Amino acid sequence: MNLETLAEALGLKCKCCWEKLKTTEVKGGYAGDLLSDVMANSNAGDIWVTRQVHQNIVAVASLKGHAGIVIVQGASPDKDTLDRAGREGIPIMVTDMSKFEVVGKIYQLLSEA
Amino acid sequence: MESRKKPLSDEDFIKSLEGVYHIQGRDFVDAGIVSSEVKKSLQGKGIPESIIRRVAVITFEAEINIISYAQQGTIQLFIEPDAVIIEANDIGPGIADIDLALQEGYSTADDSIRELGFGAGMGLNNIKKFSDVFELTSDVGQGTHLKSIVKLSG
Repeated sequence: MNLETLAEALGLKCKCCWEKLKTTEVKGGYAGDLLSDVMANSNAGDIWVTRQVHQNIVAVASLKGHAGIVIVQGASPDKDTLDRAGREGIPIMVTDMSKFEVVGKIYQLLSEA
Repeated sequence: MESRKKPLSDEDFIKSLEGVYHIQGRDFVDAGIVSSEVKKSLQGKGIPESIIRRVAVITFEAEINIISYAQQGTIQLFIEPDAVIIEANDIGPGIADIDLALQEGYSTADDSIRELGFGAGMGLNNIKKFSDVFELTSDVGQGTHLKSIVKLSG
């Protein structure tokens, strides 16, 4: 499933790199706020769901080759985070939903795809 | 493998040294930049993507450890015919009990580090997990020395 389809289905707001949504394939997902956990256990092509907003999340997503980042609970990414995401081409989306709710919906979408 | 026990000649050292990266303690803003540089320098050299990902995790954790705990440090990247080697050396407090530091979940991180999502006591374990050879030594009050080897055949 491409990221644009997923973002539209869930009503996610794109804060960075909307031009990449159509061409980015989502292969799976991972949820977590501990960066070492995400580094160790997520996979390339995952959509990463987190409550962290600082720019280190872009470094992690870029190193792991994530499809994009979804920031939950209405939190806003720092300006530095968006600048870095732009430079590294990492899509960042936001939602008011809780992590639990977003993950459930993404899981269902990917299972049906 | 016998040759690995001998120190590298100056010529071989320079030949396999791919990069030296300086890291400043507490500089969380630039965290991940060294790992990103390391990843880029490994790409396009015929090294399998799975190996590059392991090296990226190792370098990232080593970088975060230096930033979180040390005054400053360096990461050296070596590419040998059969392996990628990452060496991280820092000037800092060192680790008094390495066995304890290697226990998953053990951490001396303060709240400012934890708020960023680091300091969960997983970093050294991640480095060990993703390495084929893992060596960690420390001189308390002086610094910590890490060597990680990722075999290209692994």
